[in-house]
Amino acid sequence: MELKMFLLVLGLLVGISSPGRAANHGKPPDTYDHELQNQGNYTRATPSKKPFPVLSFNFEHVKVPFEISLWVLLASLMKLGFHLIPRLSSIVPESCLLIVVGLLVGGLMKVVSEVPPVLDSNVFFLYLLPPIILDAGYFLPIRQFTENLGTILMFAVVGTLWNAFFVGGLLYGVCQLEGHKLVNVDLLSCLLFGSIISAVDPVAVLAVFEEIHINELLHILVFGESLLNDAVTVVLYHLFEEYSTVGTITVMDVFLGVVCFLVVSLGGIVVGAIYGILAAFTSRFTSHTRVIEPLFVFVYSYMAYLSAEVFHLSGIMALIACGAVMRPYVEANISHKSHTTIKYFLKMWSSVSDTLIFIFLGVSTVAGPHEWNWTFVVATVIFCLVARVLGVVGLTFVINKFRIVKLTPKDQFIIAYGGLRGAIAFSLVYLLSTEHFPKRNMFLTAIITVIFFTVFVQGMTIRPLVDLLAVKKKQETKRSINEEIHTQFLDHLLTGIEDICGHYGHHHWKDKLNRFNKKYVKKCLIAGERSREPQLIAFYHKMEMKQAIELVESGGGAKLPSALPSTVSMQNIQPKKPPQDRALPQLSKAREQEIRKILRTNLQRTRQRLRSYNRHTLIADPYEDGWNEILIKRKKMMELEKKISQMNNYLTVPAPPPDSPTIARARLASDPQAWGLKSVTESIPTIKVDLASPQSPESVNVVNEFGKKGSQPKGSQLKASEEEEGGLTMKIPSPPKQRKDKTADEDNDKEPQQRLMRCLSDPGPAAEEEDEDEPFLP
Amino acid sequence: MGSFQSLPDDHQYRTLSQKTGFSLEQIAILHNRFKQLSQNEETLRRDDLKTIQDLESNPIRSQIIEAFFDRRNFQKDGVGSVEEIGFEEFLTVMSYFRAPAHHITEEQREEMRRAKLRFLFNMHDTDNDGTITLEEYRHVVEELLSRSGALGRETAKGIADAAMLEVASISVGPMAPDEFYEGITFEHFLKILKGIEIETTMHIHFLNMDTSVLCK
Repeated sequence: MELKMFLLVLGLLVGISSPGRAANHGKPPDTYDHELQNQGNYTRATPSKKPFPVLSFNFEHVKVPFEISLWVLLASLMKLGFHLIPRLSSIVPESCLLIVVGLLVGGLMKVVSEVPPVLDSNVFFLYLLPPIILDAGYFLPIRQFTENLGTILMFAVVGTLWNAFFVGGLLYGVCQLEGHKLVNVDLLSCLLFGSIISAVDPVAVLAVFEEIHINELLHILVFGESLLNDAVTVVLYHLFEEYSTVGTITVMDVFLGVVCFLVVSLGGIVVGAIYGILAAFTSRFTSHTRVIEPLFVFVYSYMAYLSAEVFHLSGIMALIACGAVMRPYVEANISHKSHTTIKYFLKMWSSVSDTLIFIFLGVSTVAGPHEWNWTFVVATVIFCLVARVLGVVGLTFVINKFRIVKLTPKDQFIIAYGGLRGAIAFSLVYLLSTEHFPKRNMFLTAIITVIFFTVFVQGMTIRPLVDLLAVKKKQETKRSINEEIHTQFLDHLLTGIEDICGHYGHHHWKDKLNRFNKKYVKKCLIAGERSREPQLIAFYHKMEMKQAIELVESGGGAKLPSALPSTVSMQNIQPKKPPQDRALPQLSKAREQEIRKILRTNLQRTRQRLRSYNRHTLIADPYEDGWNEILIKRKKMMELEKKISQMNNYLTVPAPPPDSPTIARARLASDPQAWGLKSVTESIPTIKVDLASPQSPESVNVVNEFGKKGSQPKGSQLKASEEEEGGLTMKIPSPPKQRKDKTADEDNDKEPQQRLMRCLSDPGPAAEEEDEDEPFLP
Repeated sequence: MGSFQSLPDDHQYRTLSQKTGFSLEQIAILHNRFKQLSQNEETLRRDDLKTIQDLESNPIRSQIIEAFFDRRNFQKDGVGSVEEIGFEEFLTVMSYFRAPAHHITEEQREEMRRAKLRFLFNMHDTDNDGTITLEEYRHVVEELLSRSGALGRETAKGIADAAMLEVASISVGPMAPDEFYEGITFEHFLKILKGIEIETTMHIHFLNMDTSVLCK
């Protein structure tokens, strides 16, 4: 049912776009005449009055944006449609389906005798490619990438060179042998063709590999190769294109080519890094304008790409470098919302680009001028495959001598099979002019065939092959805090052992880089206190935040996030304290003053921290501020539960989340014993942090949930729990009797503001708590 | 421990090579380094290791040094710590950081993993009672964050607690409120670190050429 409606809508869209175009060709003369006539009427001042045009049609001035939007809409609807057909999306990768759709649309347009739009290289390189590359670069897993950098570079540089010369050379040989039609294809043209077609395409690789969830090592190897071979492709392309007219290449040119390669790749990286650092630096100051934070990320990256393209440096490498460099610093500076925005915008744009590229590839196939030559095309396809396999096998043999984790034949097969070609090759050929390259159309046809072959055949069969060969898949496990601790520990350990051994291995240099980063770079680029936050703590906060958000989103308290062990609580791991003596420790006045002071300062600090996240135009978000609140409440809950259980209460409590630093600071550092059994109740003013932000309904629920649980067993404890978990209100315990009757809700909603105010302004109920001698426990 | 003459001969190198798995050149280089650190004496002391400048900035320095003097790492079933070690012990401890050879069986790989994880476990379990208690784990995290000032010390406790909770829930599962989780045993330790491929991550590249003259 849905499918039928969808197809109907689709048909309508295509239908609209065609008459839209037909209208274009037909309309302009009429409208212009019309307008001229109107004007003429007015100037001549002989008003032959026409009725006021209530409805007029003027398509011309919205033509371009209209068409673009229509195409984007078509692409997105296609993407939507594929997932409505259940079985199809699991057999055929999306890229294939999109190309088929493009073919259909192109065919349709041809039938309507329209000129189908071809994938304009300019549009492709300037608008469609950057979002995909930025998405890949920003989320590049740095650790795996740097660990395998040597391998990736070998494949990218040496592999691509090998492919280019092998294919180019052999094709030249074939052309010479073939005879009449191909004999005038010279060596340089063939080499140029070889260099264009030999580059593995990141768009196609991403599109196919994303769906098969292969293990991280292979993914980063193939994907990294597809990114880094851009420099090689750029150099070879320009080299052969420059000299194909002249016809010869000298050794000097080759040498310059090598130099050019270094310049192109390193230059691209440097340009990207500079823009990345600028972006990180800018993000340091955006704490008051959170709304435009994502914009900086996008615009700086795009500028990096364009700047690199100005100098014919490798734009792709610039973009990758920019994204990878800026990410750790920007993420430390921006708000959680901006982070989400960046993630979703990047994914959205790259998805749309990706879809458009494949559709246009299909349309261009129908449109573009073709020249079919059986020998050439078939030879190209065969040589590409053979070159890829030989290249991978040969290089792996050399690489395995230097790797600890060797690449097995299965890995090699996947790497070779995953070498897909895509739209970049197509666009590069399209840029060639026909005068310099008389056989350009034939090249075009051959490239399209190779692209179709790799995307369709290899793309479709790679998934069953992966399953057949039982290649390791991506592990979906979350990174646990134990692993993080030990990874850090190992890093330091190995660095230490290297120092003892006396040679500077790569752990030593990595450690030096980290220390440099921590000492100088982070201070410049990260705002405020977070610049000194060590990685372990940052990880820990991130984990906490995730858990808290999960908690809020799961409806507040009823269902705990799965990561949190709901069956083990602090009391299970705390070493048993010696049996409490019933003589409750009396606190000295000085101690109490100290406690109050500490709590007050911590409270202020907490409030300031939260304030800095306010945005002018957006209301304070319960998710952003509320989660912190919830965490604090939960910590207090946990404390309470602990104390209650110490009172021989066999309540099974859900495990509390680990302490956040806010709470750790707010808790007494001085003497935990001060919070003895009695102190829970009254002699110390039970000051809890009430964050003066709007209470989200979820937070109230949490309180209620725990309130109910905590108030079950005994009557006296009921009062304790109600008081304690009375929603973190600042209350002075002087009138405890009255408070007993109030419910948690009331506490939450009524007086938080006033009580907070009171806490901050007045020096504290110094006199009052002396009166509090009423034993709370019976 | 005093069993070497000042000019160790090939035979002794060969026995060492068989025992630890290093090649003869690597042993020679490490011996040079040993002599450099111990100022040409037969035995190495803690202070000798403390003189290494690069080690100063390492947050877990003391634990690393302690590991060299821990009898449990000498593969002789000893306990406790010693004051000074000879070249054989030095080499034995270093052998924990060798990379796995290319063609080894699954069992050998598993054995290597256990050995390396045992080394790590010994580093954490300072009182040698077979478990890493909460206090010991807290100490580990505190040391790791020791260079981060006050911020580090306060959160260290929280992080260690969270980690302990995780281990308990993975290893033991549901626990009643009055049950007590003693500490991380070696088996639990193996379980929680399954995700890290220890045999390939915990290694350093031992050179066949002597470059130690270039370093402090």
